[in-house]
Amino acid sequence: MEFEEIVHRCFRCGYCKFTEDYHDFNCPPYLKFGLDTYAAGGRMWLINAWLNHGIETSKHYAEILYLCNTCGNCKEHCVFTFKEDLLNIFEAAKAELVEKGLVPPAVKDYLQGILVNGNPYKEPQHKRGRWAEGTDIQPFSGQEFLFYVGDVGSYDEPGKKMAGSVGTILPKAGLSIGILGSKEKCDGNDVKALGETGLFAKLAEENIRLFKEIGVKKIITLDPHAYNAFTKEYPKLGGKFKVWHYTQVLAMLIKGKKIPLPGYKVKVTYHDPCYLGRHNAIYNDPREVLRSIPGLILVEMNRNRKNSLCCGGGGGNFMTDVSGLGKDSSSRIRAREASETGAEFLAVACPICYKMLDEAVKEEGLEEKIKVKDIAEIVNQAILR
Amino acid sequence: MRDVYNALVEIVGEEYVSFRKEELYFYARDPGLMPAHEPDYVVAPETTEEVQKIVKLANREKIPIVPMGAGMALTGLIIPLKGGIVIDMKRMRRILEVNEKARYAIVEGGTSQGALKSYLDRNYPNLRHSIPDAPPTVTIAANVVIHGQGRLTQQYGFNSDMVSGLEVVLPTGEICKIGSCSMSPSWFSKGPTLPDLSGLFLGWLGTTGIMTKVGLKLYPKKKMRDVELFVTDREDLIPEILFRLTHTEMVEDITAWFQPKPIIFQGNHHVTLYITGDTDEELEFKRKMVWDSVKEFRDNKDGGFMWILPAMKPTFLDMPQRSVTTFADVKKGGGFEYSGPIALIEKYPVLARKLVELGTKFKVAYSGMARVIGRSHAMMFGIAFTFNRADPDMMERVRKALHEGITFAFDQGGIPWKPTAEEQKMAMERMDPNTLKLMKMIKENLDPNGIMNPGNWEVN
Ligand SMILES: Cc1cc2nc3c(=O)[nH]c(=O)nc-3n(C[C@H](O)[C@H](O)[C@H](O)COP(=O)(O)OP(=O)(O)OC[C@H]3O[C@@H](n4cnc5c(N)ncnc54)[C@H](O)[C@@H]3O)c2cc1C
Repeated sequence: MEFEEIVHRCFRCGYCKFTEDYHDFNCPPYLKFGLDTYAAGGRMWLINAWLNHGIETSKHYAEILYLCNTCGNCKEHCVFTFKEDLLNIFEAAKAELVEKGLVPPAVKDYLQGILVNGNPYKEPQHKRGRWAEGTDIQPFSGQEFLFYVGDVGSYDEPGKKMAGSVGTILPKAGLSIGILGSKEKCDGNDVKALGETGLFAKLAEENIRLFKEIGVKKIITLDPHAYNAFTKEYPKLGGKFKVWHYTQVLAMLIKGKKIPLPGYKVKVTYHDPCYLGRHNAIYNDPREVLRSIPGLILVEMNRNRKNSLCCGGGGGNFMTDVSGLGKDSSSRIRAREASETGAEFLAVACPICYKMLDEAVKEEGLEEKIKVKDIAEIVNQAILR
Repeated sequence: MRDVYNALVEIVGEEYVSFRKEELYFYARDPGLMPAHEPDYVVAPETTEEVQKIVKLANREKIPIVPMGAGMALTGLIIPLKGGIVIDMKRMRRILEVNEKARYAIVEGGTSQGALKSYLDRNYPNLRHSIPDAPPTVTIAANVVIHGQGRLTQQYGFNSDMVSGLEVVLPTGEICKIGSCSMSPSWFSKGPTLPDLSGLFLGWLGTTGIMTKVGLKLYPKKKMRDVELFVTDREDLIPEILFRLTHTEMVEDITAWFQPKPIIFQGNHHVTLYITGDTDEELEFKRKMVWDSVKEFRDNKDGGFMWILPAMKPTFLDMPQRSVTTFADVKKGGGFEYSGPIALIEKYPVLARKLVELGTKFKVAYSGMARVIGRSHAMMFGIAFTFNRADPDMMERVRKALHEGITFAFDQGGIPWKPTAEEQKMAMERMDPNTLKLMKMIKENLDPNGIMNPGNWEVN
């Protein structure tokens, strides 16, 4: 297995379970299941055991590996020099399971959906661009920017709403921007995180080929997961594009006075998506967008920025649902935390977080107190007031 | 087998019980060097009542139970030597109360040191507890169960001396309050002026009951904190230096340490001492007292204060000190174990020389660290070795080095701290027979079925 020379070096000390100031545990599966095997140290020791024939591959072993949300809290807080490779190790261990065909059924289903239908929802390709109906956004035909929406933004209700909000603002602000619609394909970020490196390479190569063919140079992504794949993985395969997350673009447009922002008196708390925050250190742009709305009060949750608690949807879990909800699921803990700030809106910047937290707010019965809103949606609402 | 599993599921819910291979593998070992032994079940309760039910079940079925915190004592104390149920306490992690004016906190039996520190920092910035340098996941209950030491040990003694009350599930399942809380809503005393029953649990390595709540004394936290580093190449002077420093009564934590790497530390003994103050004046006054106390050594050119690079200060001021944990990967092998005999400070020079000798003899990387306990009343002398977990030969050499080290420390009049099962036997062989008899009486009376962490403090 790749990285196998590192695995035995984990001391299972548990720094990786915590936030930086040790306020609470911050590893989603560990929070939910409460046994050390579910935390990063547990995974490291089990992978090492598997490598050394201390345990065999099993349903439970696979479950433990696939429960990881790839949120990166462990990588952020581990005290050892190999911390940078923690997620790579988990990915490599999952790749071994993929190789042997031993992944949990839900994961298999997810991957097959992408392989056969091009998306995990198993929806037809022609439905991809439907979210754009009613917006001014046009199909890509050499515009300056490609707006890449991704699977969740294309097919999932909260994601479509979010894509619609971004797709409404950006053309209005005068940006030359187009979408791929039915030509768009899965970015593959989570496919890679699930250990299906072959499928990831195929998706990435196809996307890169298409982007090059149609002259894409600059990309704006809806989804931080796509942003991560395009900025970190695609360049390794020859796909070098200029990439922004839409919150970065909104911040620039607002700074350049391209978006008029009337006052909007509302209290908001912001949830950092893992693939925007911890994975790519973009903490300020989304906050700047919110702060630039006159009258909007931004309050922080206890865990924020690099200590943010994952919504529980990363690593494919928003679809594969290996862990399920339950009161100790990180999405529900997060919904409670957000509500405790007294905010009326829980602002998100990722369609997966949107889906997970929206559901969690409902499960917690907090709909009357707090609403999940994407940042672009909040900006749109401010504009319309 | 299935019956016990079903009964455990009934008590804590399916998610928190396991007898699957993966959990049995993990909970069969700690990160130290003791041989693994699998439990039959692992269970993670959330309430005292759940713990009580598990204990009653274990009594009925005569199955061993092993309470576990973070498993970071490193000496195999949570390895279920005779199988049975490992009770992972970390889901019981609520901080139940802080009495600011009486300066104590009440926490659940699986609350971590890190969480209490963070809670106090956020909510009671003028209070602190005696945090050890162990990783922040380690639990407060386990630390007092093993008589740990922390950042305030030089001032206030062992961390177990700072306990201000206990709730314990006895080996037979009764829930028992210990100290002032046994008759009052307040948790200000673990015993005095009542008969001090806390001694039935502190130091017993989980063999006499399971702590489900711990009252812990808190102490003033000054606004400022700084560190000084006194360096000498003469280990024989360390006891006197520590004696003089403790005489000032101006210092918080004091540790003396030596290590061969990196090169800037080689050949020297370092005394790290922390001073605190609410104002610059207070801090500077203390600093002056400290400097004056060791003036003679400075004048004689036997030692001096080392200028700490600003870049190094955060490492020293870190609580817990992360760099202590990273010692585990010095050999790129994720392994670290230490014996920590408690001995007189006058034994520092012989113990230090012995540790260097062991490092050479067994070709293993060492680190020596002595934490002062009380006003030079004693010290914990850490005989620490790092090892590569993928190198069985190195692991065996470390085992031998530790064995020789602890035997030497006993010969020097030391007593064991968080001893392995083998070190417990060695200690009991040296103990007064009547002391042993008393221990046996206590254990047999408290735990008639012998189910509590068996294999530890087992008096034959
Ligand atoms: C890098 C490093 C640095 C360290 N520095 C220090 C230090 O500065 N000071 C110090 O004191 N220690 C130190 N230690 C040692 C040790 O980690 C700590 O003492 C720690 O507090 C042990 O807690 P734990 O939760 O890991 O205990 P565990 O190993 O889980 O348990 C220890 C013992 O307590 C028993 N136990 C656990 N919970 C309960 C309960 N609720 N009721 C009854 N019995 C229970 C167990 O059965 C076992 O016998 C260090 C360790 C490491 C690895």
